[in-house]
Amino acid sequence: MRTKRISCVMMSILMAATVLAGCGSSSGSDASASTEAPAADSAAASTSASSTADASADASSTEAAADTASSTADASAAGSVSGEVTAAGSSALLPLAQAAAEDFMTENPDCVITVNGGGSGEGLKQVAEGSVDIGDSDVYAEDKLDADSAKKLVDHAVCTITMAPVVNADLGVTNLTTDQLVDIFTGKTTNWKDVGGPDEEIMLVTRPSSSGTRTLFKKWALNGAEEASNQALETDDSGTLLQTVEQNKGAIGYVALSYLVNNDKVATVSIDGVEPTLENTYNGTYKVWGYEHMYTNGDGSDAAQAFINYMMSDKFADKIESMGYGASSKLSDEAAKSHQE
Amino acid sequence: MSNMAADGGTVQGKTGTAKDREKALRMYKFRKEYLGRGVVTACGLFIIILTVAIGVFLIIRGTGTFTKFHHSVAEFLFSSNWSPVDSATGSGGGVGAAVYIVGSLLTCGLALLFAAPCAIGAAVFMTEIAPKWGEKLFQPAIEIFVGIPSVVYGWIGLTVLVPSIRDVFHARMGGYSVLAAGIVLAVMIFPTITTVAADAIRSVPDYYRKGAYGLGSTRWQVIYRIVLPASKTGILTGVILGLARAFGEALAVAMVIGKTRAFPTSILSPTNNLTAAIAADMGNSANGGEANMALWSMALLLFLISMFFIALIHFIENRSAAALKA
Repeated sequence: MRTKRISCVMMSILMAATVLAGCGSSSGSDASASTEAPAADSAAASTSASSTADASADASSTEAAADTASSTADASAAGSVSGEVTAAGSSALLPLAQAAAEDFMTENPDCVITVNGGGSGEGLKQVAEGSVDIGDSDVYAEDKLDADSAKKLVDHAVCTITMAPVVNADLGVTNLTTDQLVDIFTGKTTNWKDVGGPDEEIMLVTRPSSSGTRTLFKKWALNGAEEASNQALETDDSGTLLQTVEQNKGAIGYVALSYLVNNDKVATVSIDGVEPTLENTYNGTYKVWGYEHMYTNGDGSDAAQAFINYMMSDKFADKIESMGYGASSKLSDEAAKSHQE
Repeated sequence: MSNMAADGGTVQGKTGTAKDREKALRMYKFRKEYLGRGVVTACGLFIIILTVAIGVFLIIRGTGTFTKFHHSVAEFLFSSNWSPVDSATGSGGGVGAAVYIVGSLLTCGLALLFAAPCAIGAAVFMTEIAPKWGEKLFQPAIEIFVGIPSVVYGWIGLTVLVPSIRDVFHARMGGYSVLAAGIVLAVMIFPTITTVAADAIRSVPDYYRKGAYGLGSTRWQVIYRIVLPASKTGILTGVILGLARAFGEALAVAMVIGKTRAFPTSILSPTNNLTAAIAADMGNSANGGEANMALWSMALLLFLISMFFIALIHFIENRSAAALKA
C-alpha cells in the first residue's frame, strides 16, 4: 500500500515536470529560431552576395541610369529610387540603419534595403570583398583592412555616436576627473570611497577588445590607457553591459547614448565636469565620441548612394537625435577639428 | 514483391535479342540495387568530405598564428599574456591563451563533477528501479531536456543563478563565476550522459541479473556489483560525450562566466573560456590579422580536443571488446 502511494505521488511530480519541461522546450525553440535568424540571414547575405551585387549593378546600369542622377544628388527627391541595397557591420549603428532603411523604403517602395549586424570588422571585410553594398563600421577602414582594400572604399560619416561612462543610479557618483576615470579603468582605484563615493567595491564592466565602443572610449576618455581586462567583467553587447550595471551597485561601464534613451536605472557620469550630452558633443566640450561610418566600394550603386544621402539629410537628422545618435552636420568646427584623423 | 515479379516478367517476356535482355536486366539491377546504394554512398562520402574539409580549413587558418606571425605553440598553450594586435598587418602582441584553456578545463571539470553522479543515478533509476515509468515518463522528459536550446539555459542562468550566487555566497563580481558556468553546463550535459548510460545499462543481459539474484543478492547488490560494472564502457562513453558537449558550448557559458581575462582565484571568481572568447571577438577583429588568427588557433584547439574525445571513446570501446574476447 505504502509503496503504491509513494509511487502515485512521484508519478504526479514527474508528470508535472514533464509538462513543464515541454513548455520550456517549445518556448525555447522559438527563442532559438529568433536568435538564429539574423545569423542565417547574414550567412545568406554573404552567400547570395555576388548575385545581389550583380542585381544592384544591373539595376544601376539600366533603371537608375534612366532615372537620372538628380535622385542621388538630392535624397528628398525620393520615390524614384529602385534597386537592392545590402548593408552589414557595426552593431552600434544597426538600430539607426534599420530605422533609416524602413523610412527610406516607405518613401521608395521599389527599393529593398537589407541591414545586418555582424560587427565592424565583418562589415568592412564584406564591403571590401563586394559581398555587401554598404559596410557599417565604428572605426576607420584603415584600422581593420590592409592598405590596398581600404583605399578602394569611400567613407561616409553618416552620424556621430557619443559614449558615456555609466554607473548604477543608486551609487550617487555624478562626476569624475579624467585621472580618476583612468585609475578606475586600469584597476588602480578599487573602491568608490577613494573618488568621493560610498564605501563600495568598484566592479568594472567592459566590452571585448575588438569592440568599437571600447576603442573609442579608450582613445578619448582614457587617453589611450589599456583597461584592466584581468579585473573586469566583459560583456558581448551594450545591452548586457547595462543589465549588469543595473543589477550591481558598485558597477561602472560605458555605453553609447543611444542605449540610454528611456533608461533611468543607470546614471551617466560627467567627465571633468562636462556632461555627456549631444549639445556638449556638438559644441566640442565633450570629447568621447566618434563617427559612425558607412563604407561603399568605390562610389557604390545609385541606390546605395541615395540611401546614404537620405541618412545624412536634414530631414532624417531629427530621427537620428531622437534615437540618441548625433547628426554630423550639427558639429561645430571645433568639435569636428578635434576628431580629425 | 509484386513490383519485382512484374519487372521480372518483362525481362523474361521480352522476345528481343540477348543484348536487349541484358540491357533490361542492367536497368532492373540499377533501379533495384545500385540506385539506392549509390545515393546512400554519396551521402556518406559527402559527410566524410565535409568533416575533412572543415578540419583542413581549421588547420590552415589555425596554424597562421605559428607560421605567419611566428608565435610558438608553447606560448599559445602556456602563456597568459593575451594582447594580439588587431589590425590587418600589425604583429608583435602576445597570443597566450592559457587563461581561456584553464577556464574551459575548470568549468567542464566542475560540470562533470556535478552532472556525472546525478546522471548515472538517474540512469540506474529509470532502468533498474522503475523501468516502467522510466520508459513512459522519465525517458521522454530527458529527451525534451536535450532539445532545449543553450540560449535558454544561459538566460535562466543569467537571471536566476548569477544573482543568487551573488546574494548567497557574497561573490565579489556580481555572481558571474566558474560556479555559475559549471552549474549551467552540468544541467546541459546531464541528459546526454543519462540517455547514453541508460542505453548501456539496458543492454546488460538479463541473465546476469537473474544469476546474481539466484545467488541471493539484494537488488542494490545486483545494481552495484553486476549491472554497473558490466555497463562501464557505455557509461564512460556517455560521460565523454557530455564532456565534449560541455567543451563546445559557447553561448550559455559566455552569459554567466563573466569573461574576465584572469585565472580564477576560487570557484566564485569570474574567468573566461575558449568558446566565449572566440564568440566575443570574431566579428570585430580584422580579417587575417594577429588577433583574428589567434582566435582561429583557439578554434583549431577546440577541434583537436573534440577529436581527442572521440578517439578516447573508440579506444575505450576497443579495449573492452578485446577484454571480452580474452
